[in-house]
Amino acid sequence: MKRLAMPLLALTLLLLPLLLPNSYYYDLAIRMAINAVIVLGLNLLIGFAGQISLGHAGFFGIGAYASAVLPTHFGWHPLAALVAGALATALLAALVAKPIFRLHGHYLAMATLGLGIIIAIVIRNEGMYTGGPDGMPVPPLEILGYEITGERNWYWVFAANLLLSVWLCRNLMDSPFGRALRALHGSEVAAQVVGVDLARYKMAIFVFSAFFASIMGSLTAHYIGFVTPNVADFFHSIELVTMVVVGGMASVFGSLIGAVLLTALPQALVSFDGWETVAFGAILMLFMIFLPRGLVPTLAARFGRGE
Amino acid sequence: MAQFLQFLFSGVTVGAGYALAALGFTLIYNASNVINFAQGEFIMLGGVVMVFFMHTGLPLPLALALAIALPAGVGILIEKLAIQPAKGADVVSLIIITIGASLLIRGLVQIWFGKGTHGLEPFSGHAPISVGGASLQPQSLWVLGVTALVVVALWLFFSRTVIGKAIRATSCNPLAAQLVGIDTQRVLLISYALSAALGAVGGILLTPLTMTSYDVGIMLGLKGFVAAVVGGLGSGLGAVIGGLLVGVIEAMSAGYLSSAYKDAVPFALIFVILFFMPRGLMGAKVTERV
Repeated sequence: MKRLAMPLLALTLLLLPLLLPNSYYYDLAIRMAINAVIVLGLNLLIGFAGQISLGHAGFFGIGAYASAVLPTHFGWHPLAALVAGALATALLAALVAKPIFRLHGHYLAMATLGLGIIIAIVIRNEGMYTGGPDGMPVPPLEILGYEITGERNWYWVFAANLLLSVWLCRNLMDSPFGRALRALHGSEVAAQVVGVDLARYKMAIFVFSAFFASIMGSLTAHYIGFVTPNVADFFHSIELVTMVVVGGMASVFGSLIGAVLLTALPQALVSFDGWETVAFGAILMLFMIFLPRGLVPTLAARFGRGE
Repeated sequence: MAQFLQFLFSGVTVGAGYALAALGFTLIYNASNVINFAQGEFIMLGGVVMVFFMHTGLPLPLALALAIALPAGVGILIEKLAIQPAKGADVVSLIIITIGASLLIRGLVQIWFGKGTHGLEPFSGHAPISVGGASLQPQSLWVLGVTALVVVALWLFFSRTVIGKAIRATSCNPLAAQLVGIDTQRVLLISYALSAALGAVGGILLTPLTMTSYDVGIMLGLKGFVAAVVGGLGSGLGAVIGGLLVGVIEAMSAGYLSSAYKDAVPFALIFVILFFMPRGLMGAKVTERV
């Protein structure tokens, strides 16, 4: 099962376009892939480091706006903007996290929440560059003279991204770094006793997940061709956390399932204004009360196949 | 000077609201170590329910009682239906549950009450009082007066009554409290009800000044939370001082620096506090260095 998982995922991604009847479904599949990549990173943080980030939408927003602002106003190449956005995000995450992980408790939740809100406010207020609350158009992404356009082409970009991220995460889990993370997940005290530097690992995983979110923000901005400050909103951060919770903490495939299910959900609720918030709230509570380990780990335990 | 006074008045008024929210956070944090992200929704509920009953023509005292009792009931429901069944879950899970509860409440209110913004008549008229060249809304006096009363009442409750002492004992050591016969389950229930009622009072008091709608709870709650952290998470006195401080700093920076960034100020404050004095102003042994 474990060895089959990667080829299976690749095959699914390869064959999926055969089942997608029109560009609406392509778009849905793309959004699922985008969320899945971010959730993979976030899940490492929540699942293994036991810390919540309530500001991941902010990191996503930095990436998105780096790709919108730098090429538009400063003539940067989109790829350079993407890298700059991701590096700036990683640096910001590291700066914020460094003092926090020396403290015991859930201070990261507050700090990231504050950070996310500040980022959203900055985006809304710096209208000169960002277009303020109305948002701004994003120039197309051009790689080696080839411009990526249309859902069908973008699908392959995001599918490749997803595959790469899953591969990366799984390898990471099997590396010494991953073993340290799993030790951390099992028991922080025990991990510390065998010499795992808690603060360093937690910080590394946080920076890593922020970096992921920023890159996906950039790509998403190019894909949609327009950004609004809503991408950095608190509710978006909560959506991402919900995906982790539903799919299953500390589970790579749980992340995928969570992203797929909860990206589809708002589409189903789109005609019921307001019920989307209710649904997300109810799902969060019900899962935490009745299925705290999430779908995939619970099912895996039931059928005796550990991931 | 008049300008400074003006900013101070508005800061202290909003700050009193933050202080009530911060006290709510503190209560639940002490009872269960959980940061209750639904606290802001209690503030929203207080204001919205009050507006609703005033519009249906209920007399003020009755509307007031209902606007405090209903959110308190919601607080009890959250504890009974969501926190208790998840007993034994780790703190991260409990925090996520409260986030879920806050979304649920906000969504339901949006459906029931709509997205509109609603105001409330000030309790004793609009005529501002002139103090040192600055004008003070009578409602501000109500906010400050009631907050002061609530703080004194809470202090008496925690220092003089058996239930209050039971809550304090539970927050010190739940197991030991249970051993001496304290029903810690009930303590938790009371903490949620009380914390919700505190939030509701804040919401009711602030609505005539700041208006209310289904989504005001997020910001008010978060700022109340900042206030609790500034004061030192877990300290009652700290919560009050933190609330006033956050309110004043916010009003001053809105007045003297930039009104566009006024909402960012409390959140920037979180970083200053976490970086330079993680225990807050009044916090005792809240954080342990690893």
